[in-house]
Amino acid sequence: MWTFVHKMGSPPWFYRFATIMIRWLLPTVLLALLAGSVWGLLYAPPDFRQGNSYRIIYIHVPSAVVALAGYYVMAIAGLVSLVWKIKMADTAMRAVAPVGAALTFVALVTGAIWGKPTWGAWWVWDARITSMLILLFLYLGVMALFEAYDDKAAAAKACAVLSLVGTVNIPIIYKSVDWWYSLHQPASIKFTGESAIDATMLYPLLLMIGAFYALFALLVLLNMKAELLQTHRQSAWLRSELR
Amino acid sequence: MPPELGLFLRFQVQRHLSAALRRPGDIFNPLVFFLMVVTLFPLGLGPDPEVLADFAPGIVWVVALLSSLTVSSRLFQADYEDGTLEQLALAPHPLALAAMSEVLSHWLLSGVVLALASPVFAAMLNMPTQAIPTLMLSLALGTLCLSLTGAIGAALTVGLRRGGVLLSLLTIPLTVPVLIFGVGAVREAALGYDPSGWLALLGALAAGGLVLAPLAAAAGLRISLEL
Repeated sequence: MWTFVHKMGSPPWFYRFATIMIRWLLPTVLLALLAGSVWGLLYAPPDFRQGNSYRIIYIHVPSAVVALAGYYVMAIAGLVSLVWKIKMADTAMRAVAPVGAALTFVALVTGAIWGKPTWGAWWVWDARITSMLILLFLYLGVMALFEAYDDKAAAAKACAVLSLVGTVNIPIIYKSVDWWYSLHQPASIKFTGESAIDATMLYPLLLMIGAFYALFALLVLLNMKAELLQTHRQSAWLRSELR
Repeated sequence: MPPELGLFLRFQVQRHLSAALRRPGDIFNPLVFFLMVVTLFPLGLGPDPEVLADFAPGIVWVVALLSSLTVSSRLFQADYEDGTLEQLALAPHPLALAAMSEVLSHWLLSGVVLALASPVFAAMLNMPTQAIPTLMLSLALGTLCLSLTGAIGAALTVGLRRGGVLLSLLTIPLTVPVLIFGVGAVREAALGYDPSGWLALLGALAAGGLVLAPLAAAAGLRISLEL
């Protein structure tokens, strides 16, 4: 197993691995997203309180879950690159950042779209929503820091340090925003409680979450492959791959 | 701490303090900035004392956060430009200790001064007087946390040409807990309740930050120095 991990640190091996993975992931992701969406949007039963407007949950929850997980993937990749000095880990970290940021944005926007019919407001300063907004800022900060450095090797190290600092902070930020919200409960907004979700609604949701994880993997691998194509375009191994 | 490291820390703090005290503008300008921004809020929100009293803890804290960001960009600048930072990085003493000395001297001249001056701003915004001791203590602890997180951002951006706005971008998400706990403490005290829970949380952030932030700042400095 460790041989495999070491092989993944080498660009030619990773490139071939990524090509194979993408060939399998692309149809899987498309199928899973299609199946999950159709199941959730057409076949799951309407909710007792919200009717049909709850169906955006099948996009909102998976994107939020994967956005949060993605930050940790980015931070761990940064840690690997700092500690073991593996350059592919740098590439992985940089590939995750825009994907994670996009997913966070999707989660926030779909949440707002869900909030309008349910709570009557496009935006509420709820604990989780505010924490997700700060997560978006953390992602954007990492992306901005990378762009600001001219020396890209130093830039990658700086982004790794920043992601790790953010990782330490995420639990603190979440808990503090939670306390902040619970003390400043606005009287008029009723937050629909987390009722136990029925199996007929749960299974399509789980499928969509799995589909989004696979989508995340696909997008990150595509980003990494693009990065490799750009960095190593002069090298012999890549030219023989493309021939 | 072996005596040599303690001596190093004390010497560095003395060096920074004496250099900063030679430029009193660096201490007074942030205060004047604070005064001006606090004046802007009644102009924006209206002069009603009830409304101002309600918003006062939040206003004072947000302005404290913003002014700490504007001064953080200068944190390692002088030492970076004249090469002292490189010498400190090459020295046998931990770079984290040098970073900590920078943060401590910066905090003493910006954060503590702000905490001592805060009763003036509290009076301008009609904050209840029972909240003022809590305001001063929370600002003293909170500005320490803000200086520490500002140091991390400053260390990562010290070599960059237009690092100022980027510094704010990187540091603001990290300062959210400090803001929440600081305002929480002052609001509790303004209502007449006991703020010690919030102050304890601020203290915990300061204690954790004092240990961890210099390490992150030192890593950032090494990256900026390309060492």
